[in-house]
Amino acid sequence: MFEYAPAPESRSVVDLKPSYGLFIDGTFVDPTDGGSFKSINPASEEVLAEVAEAGAQDVERAVRAARKAYDKVWGPMPGRDRAKYLYRIARLIQERSRELAVLESLDNGKPIRESRDVDLPLVAAHFFYYAGWADKLEHAGFGQRPASQHGGAIPQPLGVAAQVIPWNFPLLMLAWKIAPALAAGNTVVLKPAETTPLTALLFAEICQQADLPAGVVNILTGAGDTGRALVEHPGVDKVAFTGSTDVGRAIARSVAGTSKKLTLELGGKAANIVFDDAPIDQAVEGIVNGIFFNQGHVCCAGSRLLVQENVADRVLESLKRRMAQLRVGDPLDKNTDVGAINSAAQLERIRELSDAGSAEGAERWSPPCDLPDRGFWFAPTIFTGVTQAHRIAREEIFGPVLSVLTFRTPAEAVEKANNTPYGLSAGIWTDKGSRILWMADRLRAGVVWANTFNKFDPTSPFGGYKESGYGREGGRHGLEGYLNV
Amino acid sequence: MTATTTSARSELSELGRSETALRTFLHGLPGVDQVGAEQRAAQLGTRSIKTTAKAQAIDLAIRMVDLTTLEGADTPGKVRALAAKALRPDPADPSCPHVGAVCVYPAMVPHVAEVLRGSGVHLASVATAFPSGQAPLEIKLADTRAAVAAGADEIDMVINRGAFLAGRYKEVYDEIVATKEASGDAHLKVILETGELATYDNVRRASWLAMLAGGDFIKTSTGKVPIAATMPVSLVMLEAVRDFREATGRQVGVKPAGGIKTTKDAIKYLVMVNETVGPDWLDPDWFRFGASSLLNDLLMQRTKLTTGTYSGPDYFTLD
Amino acid sequence: MSERVAVRKTYKLFIGGKFPRSESGRSYLVQSSNVSLASRKDARDAVVAARAAVKGWAGATAYNRGQILYRAAEMLEGRREQFVALGIPGDEVDAAVDRWVWYAGWADKLAQVYGGANPVAGPYFNISAPEPTGVVAVVAPERPALLGLVSVIAPAIVSGNTVVVAASPSEPLAAVTLAEVLATSDLPGGVVNILTGAITETAPTLAAHMDVNAIDLTGVGDAALATDLEVKAAENLKRVLRPAPGNHDWTADPGVAPMTALLETKTVWHPKGV
Repeated sequence: MFEYAPAPESRSVVDLKPSYGLFIDGTFVDPTDGGSFKSINPASEEVLAEVAEAGAQDVERAVRAARKAYDKVWGPMPGRDRAKYLYRIARLIQERSRELAVLESLDNGKPIRESRDVDLPLVAAHFFYYAGWADKLEHAGFGQRPASQHGGAIPQPLGVAAQVIPWNFPLLMLAWKIAPALAAGNTVVLKPAETTPLTALLFAEICQQADLPAGVVNILTGAGDTGRALVEHPGVDKVAFTGSTDVGRAIARSVAGTSKKLTLELGGKAANIVFDDAPIDQAVEGIVNGIFFNQGHVCCAGSRLLVQENVADRVLESLKRRMAQLRVGDPLDKNTDVGAINSAAQLERIRELSDAGSAEGAERWSPPCDLPDRGFWFAPTIFTGVTQAHRIAREEIFGPVLSVLTFRTPAEAVEKANNTPYGLSAGIWTDKGSRILWMADRLRAGVVWANTFNKFDPTSPFGGYKESGYGREGGRHGLEGYLNV
Repeated sequence: MTATTTSARSELSELGRSETALRTFLHGLPGVDQVGAEQRAAQLGTRSIKTTAKAQAIDLAIRMVDLTTLEGADTPGKVRALAAKALRPDPADPSCPHVGAVCVYPAMVPHVAEVLRGSGVHLASVATAFPSGQAPLEIKLADTRAAVAAGADEIDMVINRGAFLAGRYKEVYDEIVATKEASGDAHLKVILETGELATYDNVRRASWLAMLAGGDFIKTSTGKVPIAATMPVSLVMLEAVRDFREATGRQVGVKPAGGIKTTKDAIKYLVMVNETVGPDWLDPDWFRFGASSLLNDLLMQRTKLTTGTYSGPDYFTLD
Repeated sequence: MSERVAVRKTYKLFIGGKFPRSESGRSYLVQSSNVSLASRKDARDAVVAARAAVKGWAGATAYNRGQILYRAAEMLEGRREQFVALGIPGDEVDAAVDRWVWYAGWADKLAQVYGGANPVAGPYFNISAPEPTGVVAVVAPERPALLGLVSVIAPAIVSGNTVVVAASPSEPLAAVTLAEVLATSDLPGGVVNILTGAITETAPTLAAHMDVNAIDLTGVGDAALATDLEVKAAENLKRVLRPAPGNHDWTADPGVAPMTALLETKTVWHPKGV
């Protein structure tokens, strides 16, 4: 046997303070009316730092700071100068990428291989991409606006953006929110998730390091109440949310009747469809990447495998063999493929749904795998014999759990794939080009990966159909949510 | 072996009788997506192998080296020196294992055989009008018989790439069958020359063709064309031997050759073997590196691990 | 010799390409005509018809949709006098025809203007293209009866959506007459469905309906009703086009937003390799 010795990434590159305040108007301040909470390492349950919890008055302060910065500095600033700040931030992120990656893995539980090779490069690239838009907004193709609406050739920003992001890709979601908002000329108040606030706070330090004018970016840590106070604040002009469909629904209700522009990136239950002529080995990689990447904490995860019945046995055999190679454990070990579940609550939800899968008669399988004693862990799991009626085929599990269904014809695959209230992503695996295009036309999903899965790029619009939300992030399309167009 | 694999094996053995059957089978193999295969190989290359795992991997890699010289300028003296190094790669350290084999041209085989006799180090010889294979079949077979007669116990043959690319699969198949027969007891390694096959689909087909025809090993390259062994090519070949064993019960070895120069490279390959086909192949009987300069880098890294100090090229023998 | 007795028209609903009376059997009097008073059930039936029409209409070629919309403009022009007789000013009818023609031309241009290739950092073909969102509920503005109606229907259907329209309660005759135009324009049944009657009855049903993908509230004059409809629409995350602030000028250049707000963007990736 070839046993890999532990290869831990050094955590000494991260200099964590015992406690963090709120980042308002360019400085870290204590909360006025909030308390504090602890952010823990989900792989060990060790406390990483104590973090301020923003209350309503803190929200007020932050929104006011953002408004002032919008009116006085960022709004009037020429696009070319906004661009330079964003380029500067992109460079600082590249320079401090190791530190950010380690902190991301510590706070989130994701493998360092992913935070290092996926999250951080994409974060920097996202700022770099949108930096270039800041002085080109009139060329972004949003058309001539009618004379009755805010005239002029250059699309105008909205004002203050309230942004609430999830815990699965803390820094990447921050980048997806802040980069286009700032490029378009808005100022922001961002609330990171309560289980993963730390990289956002390090990002605040980067804003200071970049000499970004005070108030342009404000970071409020806290939980659901903080987020609610922020999105409901009458002083915000734009709300951007990534997270669960239930919370998205509540936000959509709360902004009804206001002029706040809303974009939502919500849940998913993507079908990953494998045909009998697929490049099998790459399809198996795609299935694994589709559901086990980031512990399955991915809204666009390929959580429903639809495999053509005539190759189902073969694909499943290969999949199981491949799953046996997944290395579950210490997120900071460079050889770890699957890290820790982000929180006790999330682990509980994964367990509950998995138990429902077993109770409803699906067959459960996991490779042999030793899980650490402390921390939150869930072995990579597949369920076979799943039907559309099973809860595990309909509800988003947001964990390393794959439901396997079969189909016989392309039309049946499309029908099953679309038979969900969600519509974020889909996968197609086949060597036949015309079938890919036929399928892609019919799948009701915002991103269709053909013969690949879970690929992201700043230039590529991302977002859902139906209850997966609305608006797009990334690319030219991603500017629209931050412009008065 | 199960009944199913037995019957599958006998069905597969029928394929070589007909051009149509071979073509139908080979073209029915699952395709390989280039980007996906290359990403998987790259991902395997990011494994971090440290300390004890690294020491173990280095010794295994040394045992897997087919220490090779295939030059027009090879002389008896040169190949004898190489053979001596194969036996004792690090004269200063008796705990250092010997390599898997020495690989030379047929004319050099007798000189190497003298040195290796009884050592457990195999003697491989390229044959069949290596590297182009562009000679009449009779000459290629005679080349093979001569090498075996002179003491080679492993034959590295080249496939007829021209015939393969022209779709004359049966011709390629028949040549391998004939060479296997001419090799007698010697192990037959079939060089696909993947750099000339151009696509991974072709690599997969050629791998199966070689295995169906009776090859004991499939090998990437001659080292004589610009593109030699690569991680993704070797990945596709490993998947082929894995699937072939599953279908037939017969295990076939894999030998990437050419371009593997550093310990880091070699360890990446071992990781790939480990995670693609598993420990059954982590043995010199089933996996080899066709290489020359790789050995000295392995030795330097080995010394670093045992002594804690980085060594230099002057401290290792140049063959 | 006695004067000829005119044949009067019955103003009915337009659902699935047919002209049924309200299943409730109710009607209300407008301009001396009894107009069907659509029920919640009629609204649900209209959604079913609209959903059934999505596949064919969204799946039609953009060229084909453009042709059919242009055909509708031809029919509209031909019935000019009929609208004038209902009290629609001639200028408004002309503007409505022109607007319909303008939108018709967008059918095969939307994907080019709002889609495109994305230069991702890797060996991938990556393209984004707009697609219709599906079934769109539309609350037509109270007036202008014809231009307002055309201005909310045409931008929704040109991209392949199908619509259920709650017509102006006070001026429904133009809506039913427009339905007759559409019924003779090769437009597949169910692409446009028109409900006459009380908006307060039909619109909340449409806003809350889980098989409706978007709702256009541009024409809603009552802010409280608009908010209520937007809240209901949140239940399945409908795309919402909010009422235009202030007094919306329906004669002004509408821009592209009425179309683009009802589009989804689909991005497709594929590796490039040999």
